[in-house]
Amino acid sequence: MVIGVEHYLVLSALLFCIGLYGALAKRNVVVILMCIELMLNGANLALVAFSRYLAPEVVLLSGHIFVIFVMVVAAAEVAVGLAIIITLYRSREHIDVEKADTMKG
Amino acid sequence: MVPAWLFWILAVVAVGAALTVVLQRDVFRAALFLVLCFLTIAGLYVTLNADFLAAAQVLIYVGAISVLLIFAIMLTRGVQRGSPFSRLKFPALIICGLALAALVSVFVTTNWGAAPLGVTVPVGDPTAPAIGSTIFHREYGFILPFEIAGILLLAAIIGAIVLVREK
Repeated sequence: MVIGVEHYLVLSALLFCIGLYGALAKRNVVVILMCIELMLNGANLALVAFSRYLAPEVVLLSGHIFVIFVMVVAAAEVAVGLAIIITLYRSREHIDVEKADTMKG
Repeated sequence: MVPAWLFWILAVVAVGAALTVVLQRDVFRAALFLVLCFLTIAGLYVTLNADFLAAAQVLIYVGAISVLLIFAIMLTRGVQRGSPFSRLKFPALIICGLALAALVSVFVTTNWGAAPLGVTVPVGDPTAPAIGSTIFHREYGFILPFEIAGILLLAAIIGAIVLVREK
């Protein structure tokens, strides 16, 4: 069985949906941050698969450059996320998203 | 051509590690399985002829982002009582199942062939030099996003420092 773009796309959809499930259904902020990273990795895998399989025998580099920018944004997001988690832990003594509901209407 | 068994091994390990991240109750073990998932995705990049991205994946995700996540776990050690599910456990499962079904049906039924628009390299060649020249390409370049990425990183560093500074 020849591996084609569909295999990589289905794998990326699986990773994205596993990450989405974790981000929606978990209470610990650190685990939610990890699941967002999983979602970003699934999207990256789809971009790289497209740039490899869009045309036969060539690699289109635009997808690779998009992945580099996604990695930059992910690094920035984790740095700010870590700062927010530490601030939340300092002021509230917990990191539970269900208890952090001060702004709930 | 990439051997099929290599893809299947990497894919099964990646999905298994991702599922373990979500289902594992111990946060530290979940972080270690996340590192395993990042490493298998770097392997998948190698099978897709993306050598530079595989190296960047290992350096940035495995080397930096997972270390930051483990820092976050260690600094909040006092409240770690596993990672329980919220009230949304079953509604989220339904939503994610529907999203997965929609994505897979679109991915499988669409014809993805198209004429590539942009800089290409032949399969098997190294991509790093071509990526470097493509970012600053006159016609297909990414110069403004490149500058914005630098400003974004600076803003993120300053924001993180301001947030965690002792008052």
